[in-house]
Amino acid sequence: MGIFRWLTPLCLNALCLKALYLKPLGLVLLLVLSLPAHSQTEADPGQALLTNLADASSREIDAAIEAIVDSGDPRARDWLDAFGNNRLSRIKDTGQVVEVLRNVGRNWTIADPLTGENLGEMSRRELDRVNINNAIRGKLEGVLAMLDLYSDDPEVQEKAAEAMMGKVNASVVKPLTKLLERDLPGPVRNRIEESVAIYQLEQGDAEAQAQAITVLTGSLHSNARAALNNAAVGDDPALAARAQEALVSIEQKLKMNRAAETLYFGLSLGSVLVLAAIGLAITFGVMGVINMAHGELIMLGAYTTWGMQQLLPGQPGLALILSIPAGFLVAALAGIAIERSVIQHLKGRPLETLLATFGVSLILQQLVRTVISPLNRSVTTPEWMSGSLVINGALSLTLNRMYVIGFALVVFAGLMLIMRKTRLGLEVRAVTQNRAMARSMGIRATRVDILTFGLGSGVAGLAGVALSQITNVGPNLGQNYIIDSFMVVVFGGVGNLWGTLLAGLSLGTINQILEPWAGSVLAKIMVLVLIILFIQKRPKGLFPQKGRAAEG
Amino acid sequence: MSIKKHVKLGLSALALSVSFHAMAAEDPIKVGILHSLSGTMAISETALKDTMEMLIEQQNAKGGIDGRQLEAVVVDPASNWPLFAEKARELLEKEKVDVIFGNWTSVSRKSVLPVVEELNGLLFYPVQYEGEESSENVFYTGAAPNQQAIPAVDYLKNELGVERWVLAGTDYVYPRTTNKILETYLKDMGVAEGDIMINYTPFGYSDWQSIVSDIKKFGSAGKKTAVVSTINGDANVPFYRELGNQGIASSDIPVVAFSVGEQELAGIDTGPLVGHLAAWNYFMSVDSDANYDFIDAWIDYKGDEKAVTNDPMEAHYIGFNMYVEAVEKAGTTDVDAVKDAIIGVSVPNLTGGYATMMPNHHITKPVLIGEIQDNGQFSVVWETSSTVAGDAWSDFLPGSRDLISDWRAPLKCGNFNVKSGTCGASAGEQALADAE
Repeated sequence: MGIFRWLTPLCLNALCLKALYLKPLGLVLLLVLSLPAHSQTEADPGQALLTNLADASSREIDAAIEAIVDSGDPRARDWLDAFGNNRLSRIKDTGQVVEVLRNVGRNWTIADPLTGENLGEMSRRELDRVNINNAIRGKLEGVLAMLDLYSDDPEVQEKAAEAMMGKVNASVVKPLTKLLERDLPGPVRNRIEESVAIYQLEQGDAEAQAQAITVLTGSLHSNARAALNNAAVGDDPALAARAQEALVSIEQKLKMNRAAETLYFGLSLGSVLVLAAIGLAITFGVMGVINMAHGELIMLGAYTTWGMQQLLPGQPGLALILSIPAGFLVAALAGIAIERSVIQHLKGRPLETLLATFGVSLILQQLVRTVISPLNRSVTTPEWMSGSLVINGALSLTLNRMYVIGFALVVFAGLMLIMRKTRLGLEVRAVTQNRAMARSMGIRATRVDILTFGLGSGVAGLAGVALSQITNVGPNLGQNYIIDSFMVVVFGGVGNLWGTLLAGLSLGTINQILEPWAGSVLAKIMVLVLIILFIQKRPKGLFPQKGRAAEG
Repeated sequence: MSIKKHVKLGLSALALSVSFHAMAAEDPIKVGILHSLSGTMAISETALKDTMEMLIEQQNAKGGIDGRQLEAVVVDPASNWPLFAEKARELLEKEKVDVIFGNWTSVSRKSVLPVVEELNGLLFYPVQYEGEESSENVFYTGAAPNQQAIPAVDYLKNELGVERWVLAGTDYVYPRTTNKILETYLKDMGVAEGDIMINYTPFGYSDWQSIVSDIKKFGSAGKKTAVVSTINGDANVPFYRELGNQGIASSDIPVVAFSVGEQELAGIDTGPLVGHLAAWNYFMSVDSDANYDFIDAWIDYKGDEKAVTNDPMEAHYIGFNMYVEAVEKAGTTDVDAVKDAIIGVSVPNLTGGYATMMPNHHITKPVLIGEIQDNGQFSVVWETSSTVAGDAWSDFLPGSRDLISDWRAPLKCGNFNVKSGTCGASAGEQALADAE
């Protein structure tokens, strides 16, 4: 009852499969062939195959897929792809099988899967989807992977080999072993060897099993571990002992990987915290303004990303890059507006500032709810940011977070440069240390206030752009980060950017180390308790401000 | 020409006097709508308020109920649980509404319970919940655990051969109770302690990396693993995104969710999620004319081609039609008469069948399992052969096994203990006691 009993002997040689894969050639052939065939569509064998697939009950579906693969039709792969992606439908009236190109709204765009011709729009009431579920999809993936193994594109091959893991059965072992005789890229070969070994471990004779364990011993792939785990509790004591041995050696390797993974998770959470807090480190840390609307400035940055993606449909990557300056500007302008309208009138009255800016934050939230929508907005992740960088079977680093880590460091470096190396930075430090003295030296303190607050707010906007890639863009986005931001700034030492960086990264790491065994709720509480205890000991945080300015 | 005009005038005068007569005869029926329009829950509840307004508008166009027009009274409890109770009191005492449709979270329902019981109101509650409650004044049109969670677990076990279970939820009453029920259910079926992993996260959680990595680890033990997710609200979006990024495909470790509907999926790129599952009693993609009519009306009402419908909206549709039918049957909007009349009332649901109000104030529903598609919709892959009646008291919790609920005379009790033969405190009293 294997998946690949569909691939009948006739089609089980590489040639046949290869023929399926040669799409460009196939298309030319198709064009040539379809010219006479087009006038009488019923002659197209594809129609019968597709109707058969659409009609098949759950028991007959294997045979229907088998028939499509066996036909050797160059369009077979596209059909199965469409089927796997829920895109095959039938027109209720005529029973014709069509491919749905766009299935949003009341009218769906459909195409003829035989000719690829666009058939225009049709009401969804007239269409009946050809059903597929996970079980069928799993099998289909195996079939498609088997086809792809013969691809000339090493990347496609690698993906296919990956997909074969754990899906090998009696009918494909032979072609797979045969494939191994060919010249294959290293990773593809390893994967195929491992997937065959997994099969042998489960089904093979004693000798094959012993050999399989040798192959799997070094593997970090989760399917390999699953197979070994099963063997370790099997009936054969000798085999079980060997499997156990192999598991122990894998476990040791895994430990290292897990430590690296936890560190990466910690750094990534930490970089998010740093990004959210670093704008606050300027407005609160340097200027001493308690801005409760800081979270909403982050939210504005995230909404800017969404808006930019609406303006540039189909180019999420470009939109994201353009959002970096745009998000900065929007949040900076909003920040300046808040500073001019509220904060400047409350200078030196922290409690009132706190309350007033809290009000501003509520106003901004409700404004977004009313003007845009109370619902979260969907921000697309560009292709180059999704997925993960696979280091080995057990360790893969998610790309979106890697970009966020990098972005956080760049933003931090940029801010450090501004504060240390530019005139603005100098003036900011002068004004915050001694306002009266700075003014008498000819610094326009009000202008510096505006610029500093704008800078801090703009950085919050940048954080929003980055956060739009890892969390929800909605009216509550800011609320989720405001507490964490204050926590990081206070822990790091008010007024010290390095402190903020270190505090963010270490809090993130501590949190991720605690989380696996304490649970996320408890981990967060423990981190808070830790900070409270720390602040008791060192009220001024990790890096307290020193000198006269701090005492003043 | 002039004759025609005269006839027209005469006719409209007639129509006017008729409608005036009808209006003068009786005041409109007041329908209170108690859904948050601001705060955290606005994301989910605003659509329900709009649904109710649409249904009322449609009913009025049909001539109201027995010639009486309906009037919506909308209040905003602002996602603030104690405010729900105050607003409910305002609706019942000041506005004198005949019925209330409202609430989403269980905690807001618990806050409203004592008020509707004290003032003898009617509340239709449209969201799937943890059960363990049956109030004389509340009608539960969402799913009880036996109408969602248990069938979903059966599906995973029987159809997909799942042997290892991750129960992941948001840290509050609904996931905790549901997971407790599921844990007992799974253990009763012979699942070992070590094959169940339970994890809770706070509301709005977004840093899923280590939890997803744990799930991956848990799933590599050699047995088919599935995640049963009671993760609520927008925490789902980063959760699914992380699943996609860490390469967990639905064919490896399927996730079946109880709180992810079309509305939630509208906020994400569903490409990497294709094949993950959700269990509901309604999906927007259900192929029935009643459903298409409802969707078309909704799209027209919202004026947004991309507007989506979801399960709680269907629950309001059913609840509203049940109320209409019950009032017609009772011939009055008197609360006690409606309460008696509504038991046994059957109205069409949107999936092509009927929903009946049971004596325990829960309704019958089909259970559907849907797979996420790349257009943010679900395709139904499995459904129960007939409708399932909602069970207020779970058979899988030690305390509630012996309780039954029947609001017909002579029992008239929401938590009758069949062993001791006694009736416990009312749901509202219970909620008050728990709050203290």
